[in-house]
Amino acid sequence: MRPLLALLLAGLLAAAAPARADTELTFYYPIAVGGPLTKVIDGLARDFEKEHPGIKVNPIYAGNYDDARIKALAALKAGQPAQISVLYSIDLYELLEQGVILPWDDVATAADEKAWLKAFYPSLMMNGIYKGKVYGIPFQRSTIVMYWNKDAFKEAGLDPDKAPANWNEMAQMAAKLVKKDARGNVQRWGVMVPSTGYPYWMFQAFARQNGHDLMNPEGNRTNYGHPDVIAALQYWRDLGAKHKVMPQGTVEWGTLRQEFTEGKTAMMWHTTGNLTAVKNTAKFPFGVAMLPASKQRGSPTGGGNFYLFKKTTPEERKASLAFVKWMTTPERAADWSIATGYVAVRPEAYETPKLKEYAAGFPQAVVARDQFKYATAELATFQTGRVRKLLDDAIQAALTGQKTPAAALKAAQGEAERLLKPYR
Amino acid sequence: MKHVYGWLLLTPAAILLVGFTHYPAAATLFDSLFSTGTGVRPSRFVGLANYAALTDDPIFWQVLGNNAWFALGTIPSSMAIAMLMAIWVNDRLPGRALARMAYFTPTVLPMIAVANLWLFFYTPQIGLLDQIGALFGAASHNWLGDPDTVLACTMVMVIWKEAGFFMIFYLAALQSLPPELEEAAKIEGASRWYFFRRVTFPLLMPTTLFVMVNATINSFKLVDHLFILTKGGPDNASSLLLYYIYQVAFSFFDTSYASTLTVVLLVLLASLAVVQFQLVERRVHYR
Amino acid sequence: MNAAGRRAPSLETAAAWLLALLWLSPLLYAFWAAFHPAEYATRLELLAPLSVDNFAKAWTYAPFPRHFLNTVMLVTMILAAQLVLCTLAGYAFARFEFAGRDIAFGLVLVQLLIMPEVLIVENYRIMSRLGLVDTLLGIGLPYMASAFGIFLLRQTFKTVPRELEDAARVEGCTFLGVLWRVYVPLARPTYLAYGLVSVSYHWNNFLWPLIVTNSIETRPLTVGLAIFGAPESGVDWGVISAGTLMAVSPLLVAFLLFQRQFMQSFMQAGIK
Repeated sequence: MRPLLALLLAGLLAAAAPARADTELTFYYPIAVGGPLTKVIDGLARDFEKEHPGIKVNPIYAGNYDDARIKALAALKAGQPAQISVLYSIDLYELLEQGVILPWDDVATAADEKAWLKAFYPSLMMNGIYKGKVYGIPFQRSTIVMYWNKDAFKEAGLDPDKAPANWNEMAQMAAKLVKKDARGNVQRWGVMVPSTGYPYWMFQAFARQNGHDLMNPEGNRTNYGHPDVIAALQYWRDLGAKHKVMPQGTVEWGTLRQEFTEGKTAMMWHTTGNLTAVKNTAKFPFGVAMLPASKQRGSPTGGGNFYLFKKTTPEERKASLAFVKWMTTPERAADWSIATGYVAVRPEAYETPKLKEYAAGFPQAVVARDQFKYATAELATFQTGRVRKLLDDAIQAALTGQKTPAAALKAAQGEAERLLKPYR
Repeated sequence: MKHVYGWLLLTPAAILLVGFTHYPAAATLFDSLFSTGTGVRPSRFVGLANYAALTDDPIFWQVLGNNAWFALGTIPSSMAIAMLMAIWVNDRLPGRALARMAYFTPTVLPMIAVANLWLFFYTPQIGLLDQIGALFGAASHNWLGDPDTVLACTMVMVIWKEAGFFMIFYLAALQSLPPELEEAAKIEGASRWYFFRRVTFPLLMPTTLFVMVNATINSFKLVDHLFILTKGGPDNASSLLLYYIYQVAFSFFDTSYASTLTVVLLVLLASLAVVQFQLVERRVHYR
Repeated sequence: MNAAGRRAPSLETAAAWLLALLWLSPLLYAFWAAFHPAEYATRLELLAPLSVDNFAKAWTYAPFPRHFLNTVMLVTMILAAQLVLCTLAGYAFARFEFAGRDIAFGLVLVQLLIMPEVLIVENYRIMSRLGLVDTLLGIGLPYMASAFGIFLLRQTFKTVPRELEDAARVEGCTFLGVLWRVYVPLARPTYLAYGLVSVSYHWNNFLWPLIVTNSIETRPLTVGLAIFGAPESGVDWGVISAGTLMAVSPLLVAFLLFQRQFMQSFMQAGIK
């Protein structure tokens, strides 16, 4: 009799206990630019919780993009909670292959939610769409822009407010900007484009400007061997080897910004993520321009998207959607852009008073936005690590004169074909 | 009774050793016979296919070659410099305590810190090396961006780090040499060089062998600097086997191929063990 | 030892000093870049103004205190475990005759060549299965049974005269009692030497901790320094130098204060 009573009592107590009130969202995010941005994210999470009682948000700073991916995947494997994460936009295929993500279309079913999916810059959506479905919502994105030293331009007799608009102009202007000392050693180069760190990213810009993308949207084919692409690499190499406006060999990603601010190069191609740093350290007036055109203008996008994981309950999915929508409202996109230097991910953000005022005082900030209509997705395919490294190696081989651009790219294409064929 | 006791004492250490050395080594070999599994395609037995891919992989051969050059470039030179340092520090040199400290300091720095510091040395134009060169009228050079110089640059850095460490062993050995030998040599009017060549150097043989084995193991193990300096570039010119294994396993997620590469590394290390064992057996001159 | 106290010729002295200066220059440069504002990082003008801005900046860019704490905990944990495990194993090899002892010892020595760093792929998988990824224990576990430590202690224990053990036995000590009363105290110099070597090694270890950890709460100084030194937005020499100096200073200061002990330890370890 006694045990039964105890059981009954326990059952009553359990029924009477309050139902679990909060949906909890854990998300991993990376930071690739310097600064105390974890505080900003934590603040945003707290603000969201205030406006949405019943949802708890737990942001976990995960290091850089690689760390974030590894952590998120490891957590999922270990059965630890992770509902959404900000991961590299180009991790898409790896995540698909691991079978861990869900398209946002599956949860964004209401009319306003569908409209929200379309509110972002199309070029930023490219890396997140697979077979017509949206897997990645843009959050912290960047593109490449050209920085130029206005004092150096003046010194060389060029109009300090006009940046080169196409490849020919860039080569010619750069030639005028090269400064040599009495012994003939170069004191200042005309232009520098980094070829370590993310050479494939820089090269995508050249290729796009010459009219060709490097991969297809399905992520199972690359075009490294196309004549336009080879010509693009040839131009890059010629800058150093033929026109002598750029150092030969590879140009170091990490030290380039300092070389620019020290006046060792008059122009540089670099990520918008460097904007704030250059603004704070350059002792000369500088301009920021869209990259020059060949057949057209072009630049790849970069950065991180929000992904939704499969291992989520319906409540968690709804909460995730609410959170990500909230994080990407025009006001918040504007705030995030000003705080970090990343581009604001939707057109409406640039219409907000805050961003308008910021852009009025610092017009360099909107150049990246103007370049969006020419932007293309960052290089992403299945087996993305290997396929990218093939291109990186080919670029470095060509720039250091070890192989001709044609030979390097054709070899890379052959290998990439071998890797990607099984995915067709 | 004693048998049981012996094994009992050994057990905790044995578990960890087997668990993290012997078992993984065997598992790596086993793993290299399978393909890498993904979320949607499970792993399957492929026999020696991974090894075939290995022989076709140009990066593998490049990396192996780099390791060979790296070993050749760093081991003899760091040993020679270490011996020189030890001799200098051992003599009654004025300021030798300071010199000794200077030589040994790189050893207590982590390789990552060393790479951070040396990156500045090698930066073209604004870097220290080029600035000093400019004083003498030399043109700026892209040290780390030129495939012909990058490996040599990493070698110099590693020699800087390791020589002081090896110096210690030579110092210990020198200090244990009986002083009568040198006095006898002086009496007979032998020059310092003669004394070194005929007496000191042969007596230092055991240390030299020990240092050589250590240096060789280190040359396979030391890849930390690549994370900061070159990430293996340009075009794998500075990449090393262990770094390539890291890339394949953690950037490409191709764990089977990484296991295959690891097996090669293990075989290399194992052959080293055999060679060392034989050398120690035969050529060492013990008093 | 040069009992004669002969002064080396001054050309050699000069060469030795030049080498010493050369050897110190990277560190000297780091001090220069860290204590001067960014513009002077690449310009070595003697009268440049000093500043500690770089340190302040570096302090906010990477959580050095946390990394420092992690490293201290890691190194202490590893050393403590090593001392216990290697003592027991060294004792077993030195004083016990058991079947398969020599083979076991050979297998132990394998670890001298095949270190955990080489087996990163498989060890990571093991840690993953044990649920120890991103924990300090995960970093330390593969190193706790140190072949080097076992080897050193075995050599040391072998030199302890049997009479001492017998005397203790007569007084009624168990095997472990003998270990604790007789062997351990006599091996103190070895423990000290080994301790310094182990601490130095694990303080500066990088590759395995990099792979196993992915959060601030577990990353040691070396990994923190690497991430700090290679951001996507490019490097800033002054800040990098400041951060690097902060990260290496504990060990460097300890080394400068206890130079003799450090070097003696390494020497001792080497002789064995």
